[in-house]
Amino acid sequence: MELHLLLLFMICASILALELKDLISSVIALSAVGLGLSLSFLILKAPNLAITQLVVEIICVIILIRATINKDLPLVKDGRWLFNTISTISFIACFLFFAYFALKELPLFGAPLMKVSSEYLAGALKDTGSENIVTAIKFGFRSFDSLAELAVFFTAVIGVLAITRKAARNDE
Amino acid sequence: MTLIVKTVTRLTVGLILIYGIFIVLEGHIGPGGGFAGGVIIALSFIHLILAFGKEAVLKKLDQERALFFASLGGLAFLLFISFGLRQSHRSFGGSENFSLFSAGPIPFYEIASSVLVGAGLFAVFLVLILSSRGKEG
Repeated sequence: MELHLLLLFMICASILALELKDLISSVIALSAVGLGLSLSFLILKAPNLAITQLVVEIICVIILIRATINKDLPLVKDGRWLFNTISTISFIACFLFFAYFALKELPLFGAPLMKVSSEYLAGALKDTGSENIVTAIKFGFRSFDSLAELAVFFTAVIGVLAITRKAARNDE
Repeated sequence: MTLIVKTVTRLTVGLILIYGIFIVLEGHIGPGGGFAGGVIIALSFIHLILAFGKEAVLKKLDQERALFFASLGGLAFLLFISFGLRQSHRSFGGSENFSLFSAGPIPFYEIASSVLVGAGLFAVFLVLILSSRGKEG
């Protein structure tokens, strides 16, 4: 019940974020969507994800946009609506076509495949000594996954630094 | 910024930093972890920039130094993960459940990833704010 209320709230807030003309109000509506998502993670009993969601989605989005953009961005509305509509519809049709075949292969909702993860759940507390099972799986059993995540993050940071440095040099 | 913002920032920024460190260090006990804690640590520095201006923070932690810390975090994570692969989890320090030093190498992973994430996010923020302000003035 609470989950459905939260979903309704998030849908309303995202429609507002799309339709509002003022950039700051739109960003705040977007962060309201993030707050609703974080609360729904809490209701679904995933506090790890809720903390990360709260920090990243709300605070980072607000502060990054507030600090780096001073004026409202120009909104491009004119031209090429025929091409945009046709490409959007074709992408949606393509997605639905492949999703139809992909979703048939998935297990039923609420009945996940437990071949590997049951081993994880049985041995997580004993083998790693960590009380938080999410961290035990993330850093204990799947450390290479975390290593690749951090590599992706580091590459993104390096890329942003390189691009902005080049843009600043071109401005001069 | 105004005097109110500066005073409130001076009072709260240490608490935010300590909360980030807490989230990092108890990631193997409760909810939290390296990524969220690193983001909170970076946000405390961003808070300082927003309140006191960029010159006050750039003297302490400029972009090159933030990138140095991010690289240090990545290398430390690589080092810890190679040790953790060679040793078993039991032999990497204490590994008893609910003891003071539990979970073997996992807290070290958390600390290394939080350094990478915090310093990297702060470097991105610094570069964005410097480039956007540079275009205006």
